[in-house]
Amino acid sequence: MRRRARNLFGFLAAVVLAALPAAARAAKVVRLAITEDPPQLDSTRASDTVSSFILGHIQEGLTRDGPHQDVVPGMAESWEIRDRGATFHLRKDARWSDGSPVTASDFVFAWRNVVDPATASEYAFIMYTVKNGEAVNAGKLPPSALGVRAQGDHVLEVEFERPCPYFLGLTAFKTFDPVPENFYRAHQGRYGATPADLLSNGPFVLTHWDHESSLVLEKNPLYWDAKSIRLDRIEIPYITSDSNARLNLFRDGSVDFLEAIGRDESKRAQFERLPMKSFTVGALWYLLLNHRLGRPTANAHLRRAIQLAYDPREFLSSVIGIPGTRPARGIVPSWVEGVKETFRQEHPLDPVLPDLSEAEHELELARAEMGGRIPPLSWLTFEGAGSQREAEYFQYVLKTRLGLEVVIDKQIFKQVLAKEYVGDFDIAVAGWVPDYADPMTFVDLYTSWNQNNYGAYRNARYDSLVREAQETADPRARTEAMAAAEQIAMRDLVILPLYEDAIVYLQSPRVEGIIRRRIGPDPDLTHAFVVDEKRPGA
Amino acid sequence: MSVPGSKIAPPPAPARPAGASMPGPLALGPEDFAPVLRRSGPQGTVRPSRSYWADAWNRLRGNRQALASLVIIVGLFLFSSVGPLFWRLDPTAPDLTRISEPPSLSRTARVLPEPPLFPDVVVPGLDPHPDGIDGATLPAPASLEVVGEPTTLGVRLEWTPVPGAAGYRVYRSTEPPAGAYLGLPVGKLDAGNVVSFEDTFALRPQTYFYSVIASNMADSPRPRTIAVTPVSAITLAAARAVRPDASLGRAITLPPHPLGTDGLGRDVLARLMAGARVTLLLIGFLAPLLAILLGVVIGGVAGYFGGLVDQWLMRFTDFVLSLPFILFLILVRVALGSGPGQSDVTALLVGLVALSWTGEARLVRGQVLQLREMEFVQAARLLGASPAHLLARHLLPNTLGVVLVAFTFAVPSSIFTEAFLSFIGMGVTPPRASWGSMCLDGFGSFLTSPHEFVFPALFISVSVLAFNLLGDGLRDALDPRLRSR
Amino acid sequence: MIRYTLKRLAAGLVTIYFIATATFATMHLVPGDPLAGKKALVPEIRENLQRKYGLDRPLPVQYVVFLGNALRGDFGISFTQRNRTVNEIIRDHFPVSAKLGVLSLLFATIGGIAFGSVTALARGRMADQTVLFLVILAISVPSFAFAGLGQYLLVDLNRLVGFEVLPVGGWGSFSHMIVPALVLGLGTMAFFTRLMRSALLEVVHQDYVRTARGKGLSPIRIFLSHELRNAVLPLLTYLGPAIAAITTGGFVVETVFAIPGLGRYFVQAFQQLDYTVIMGLTVFYGSFLVLMVIAIDILYGIVDPRISLAGDRR
Repeated sequence: MRRRARNLFGFLAAVVLAALPAAARAAKVVRLAITEDPPQLDSTRASDTVSSFILGHIQEGLTRDGPHQDVVPGMAESWEIRDRGATFHLRKDARWSDGSPVTASDFVFAWRNVVDPATASEYAFIMYTVKNGEAVNAGKLPPSALGVRAQGDHVLEVEFERPCPYFLGLTAFKTFDPVPENFYRAHQGRYGATPADLLSNGPFVLTHWDHESSLVLEKNPLYWDAKSIRLDRIEIPYITSDSNARLNLFRDGSVDFLEAIGRDESKRAQFERLPMKSFTVGALWYLLLNHRLGRPTANAHLRRAIQLAYDPREFLSSVIGIPGTRPARGIVPSWVEGVKETFRQEHPLDPVLPDLSEAEHELELARAEMGGRIPPLSWLTFEGAGSQREAEYFQYVLKTRLGLEVVIDKQIFKQVLAKEYVGDFDIAVAGWVPDYADPMTFVDLYTSWNQNNYGAYRNARYDSLVREAQETADPRARTEAMAAAEQIAMRDLVILPLYEDAIVYLQSPRVEGIIRRRIGPDPDLTHAFVVDEKRPGA
Repeated sequence: MSVPGSKIAPPPAPARPAGASMPGPLALGPEDFAPVLRRSGPQGTVRPSRSYWADAWNRLRGNRQALASLVIIVGLFLFSSVGPLFWRLDPTAPDLTRISEPPSLSRTARVLPEPPLFPDVVVPGLDPHPDGIDGATLPAPASLEVVGEPTTLGVRLEWTPVPGAAGYRVYRSTEPPAGAYLGLPVGKLDAGNVVSFEDTFALRPQTYFYSVIASNMADSPRPRTIAVTPVSAITLAAARAVRPDASLGRAITLPPHPLGTDGLGRDVLARLMAGARVTLLLIGFLAPLLAILLGVVIGGVAGYFGGLVDQWLMRFTDFVLSLPFILFLILVRVALGSGPGQSDVTALLVGLVALSWTGEARLVRGQVLQLREMEFVQAARLLGASPAHLLARHLLPNTLGVVLVAFTFAVPSSIFTEAFLSFIGMGVTPPRASWGSMCLDGFGSFLTSPHEFVFPALFISVSVLAFNLLGDGLRDALDPRLRSR
Repeated sequence: MIRYTLKRLAAGLVTIYFIATATFATMHLVPGDPLAGKKALVPEIRENLQRKYGLDRPLPVQYVVFLGNALRGDFGISFTQRNRTVNEIIRDHFPVSAKLGVLSLLFATIGGIAFGSVTALARGRMADQTVLFLVILAISVPSFAFAGLGQYLLVDLNRLVGFEVLPVGGWGSFSHMIVPALVLGLGTMAFFTRLMRSALLEVVHQDYVRTARGKGLSPIRIFLSHELRNAVLPLLTYLGPAIAAITTGGFVVETVFAIPGLGRYFVQAFQQLDYTVIMGLTVFYGSFLVLMVIAIDILYGIVDPRISLAGDRR
């Protein structure tokens, strides 16, 4: 009896509640789900993609990423870029969401915060292009020594450490966003923890944040370009890491957008004729090899043997199984721009096809150099289902085609990172997401001074070529030096390139104008709008 | 109770009609005073006296459900131990041409060399990025063709360029496209002068419908579609993994998969057998066995000695009992089983045993407390038996019934725990398979290829069910109160 | 009674202390660096961070610091969400899990009693067989299967009917709780059904029932006042483990239905090696369970006058 009454009540409540989302849809609202609660909304310290997504909508830096993969004016309405520095002229009508104006000192304060060693920002390295950035971060100079000055309220002067042709692109990156100085100090330690501890200067304001449950971004009326924002609200009513659950939410119409679906969900989507789109992400995925002394992978013949033993197309098609991914060549993915065309078009590399007999020959050479026996290779992987599949595939392939023994070392993600950092592995599948749109973000990975060079590859010629590229502003000279470095890297097989990432995603026909980005907030809804006719189907 | 062999047997009770009233004065005759004949030898036995165990077994046999469960359990053990001798597919061998396939029969595939790279067909003189054109106005490509023979290793398409296009999108569907839905976006080209594409994604020997549309900022709504049926093919290297004698040009027969294949093309049946060894034998059987042994010893000692020993042992038991089980299991598993080559199964075993002996300890302690006051124990003690002897020969064997039932119920709980841990990724390490890890692997594709999840889940459920029913039956069979005389 | 309670509470505190210590020890046995991020840190920054979180001190010192803070109720700041303290996390998310847990326990208990009674009363007949079969299904199928299947079916149901009968995920209203609580409580409900059934079957043979029947009481009265009341007792014993099962099983349900509960946090904290959250949640959960066990024992003593709480001594 009681249960029936309870059920009836629940049913009635459900009917009432069902009417509400329909009403919401009449307004210009887009609903999404995200995979985890944003861990850090303080832009000087944020490092993950979910936080980056939120920050990209509620804040704005000197520039912002435009609709055509270019950079358009943001807080700065004009600028002059020189070889050794830049000047930015801020617009006078830029406001924070509490009405106070955005001034040049907000930028100075934020940038100093980023490189301040006390903040311990993971993305401090991106500001090393600014003069003294690295020295301040290492504690050798005080934050006030950073090469950025406010000339009055609306002019920002920046000095470079070395020539930086891609600096303009960097200014759109969240780490370079301004932060309101007084507000930040008043909320010391809690800036970014709740909507009340945050000020927005971007197209949207974070008005509601129920941790682990939901977020709401509303259109910011004080935004300088508010008239071109066509959405009233972005709702994020669901947070879950389960991809099946997110798919169910899309199927149910509870969300309008699913940023990525996996191999298995794409089959489901086909079956249900859900509207799928494709996007080539900028990341490069490769086999990370350990070059430290004593590791079997430090032997060049072994690396070559492994490279010749598998076919990347077979790997992509069957194991990864996401259409749009393509085999990678070299250390720079194919979308990166060079001088006039793409870097790859200007500096082509031949593809490497599998060759089992050559592989066996190289293996013999390796075995001879290692004293007659190759020890089992430790393959580091973390516990995601896809990651495991990849490791098992390679384990099987290397065993049957080369007779190489592979031991899978499955760890939780933090342990994977820790082990990579200290070099406690032989091989791992790794990916590098670019921080800015220039080959340098990929090329300087293998320099001896880069902390992310987990394979500990050391080559003095490589280092000097990269330094050369970093010291010159001439685009041709830069790319030539980087291409030469790439040649060395590929000759030495610093990594084994696997593929360039792509995703399949779902977008309801009710919404258009959602831009996917390789760099910057992804997805970008600042130019999105709701189509006026009723959504067809369920 | 009559003592056999006595000289005097009580007279059989005279039959009296039920409900009859008391008779009148006794009517005694001379036959009542004649001496009774001595009966030689013991009385005839109605039936041999049954021992406790024989009686229990008899009762169990009568319980149809329990009997069926026993048969199932024996079957499962045979499945895991003897099965691989009959079903010889390698559980770690991926058959990449048949990923996530439902139960299927054998298939033939032609062995082809590694396909050469299909170079992009670039139209000379065409501007790759024409400006100022709205993609929505672009027409469909005039023609779309397949280049060469389409096989499951690759389908190559080429089309005529659309003037004004800055790129093309290629879609693939298993049904003819209807309305706006074109299928899976398999290709995205960002240059207007590249008019070719090779699709290599998870091709099966079935009919596909490829659609190509032009695009420039926005997508054209007009597709050109053709139907393609690729021929089943396999590369030499992949073929050799299945049939070491495979050679180019000839067709080979790929083995059947009666329960389908998993996400890497491995045979589900073979993996279930391999997984049974971990889930059923090691974790399901061995862990509770060791836990029970530990519990029996601790409970027995506590119950027998009583006093301080009992108190402290019980405090310790309470402490272990109050540790949040799953949490600590995860902690132990991660702490002990973390390195490469370090055995994850041992870590699981240790964790399970260390955390689950408490129930049995309490049970045995209770039993021993009861038994210790019984006469036969007192008698043995008077005869000078040592505590060890008492425990080993008198007390513990009498707790066997209770322990057996507890064991039968501990098995499904271990199986479930292992399944749950593997499901959250804290279980066994690849390539070792367990039913729980198979459930995890299959869960992601539950909606599209349910067999990957359903079969291991089914096996888990059936084992759990069988042990539960057997446990029920054993409990009824071993219950001395239900014992028939 | 009061003395007994106090004694149990004192013992409980000792247990909690041991739990905390055991967790601390095991957690630090786990290799890995909680501060590792996807972009490697400059060594100076890394040292700074370690100093900030007190990770550079020797282990025994860290232990003492932790104990001192814990006694004051301060479990520190989460390593992954550096703007939130562990206390905030517990305060924000425990009520969610608690509500879900209580509702599923309610479903489990009411369902268990109802179904168990049905099977006992209709013993051997059709109703008994079907319920038993369903029960067997429910205890054999792992909980994660129900969660995924449940959500999938819900989507189909919504589509079939044309509007959203029940939300497919998320949290916020009562209707959000119904399906997840059902899924979560299913296994326990099945277990309770069997328990209830066997308890009832036993009770039916007891002398006092026979007496009541002999007295001529109506069967309903007998059932409610005598049989049910006594059969419910074993359920109470298993309430403790049931609570434990539901709190830990919550993880899968919370992930699938996008519910911001503590169970999800648990496993995530382990996966991310978030020391402070692991310690805080373990101590919290441990204390919660210990308190529940004590409460149930006391409840048991109140409900069943035959049981003397001073414990039986020989």
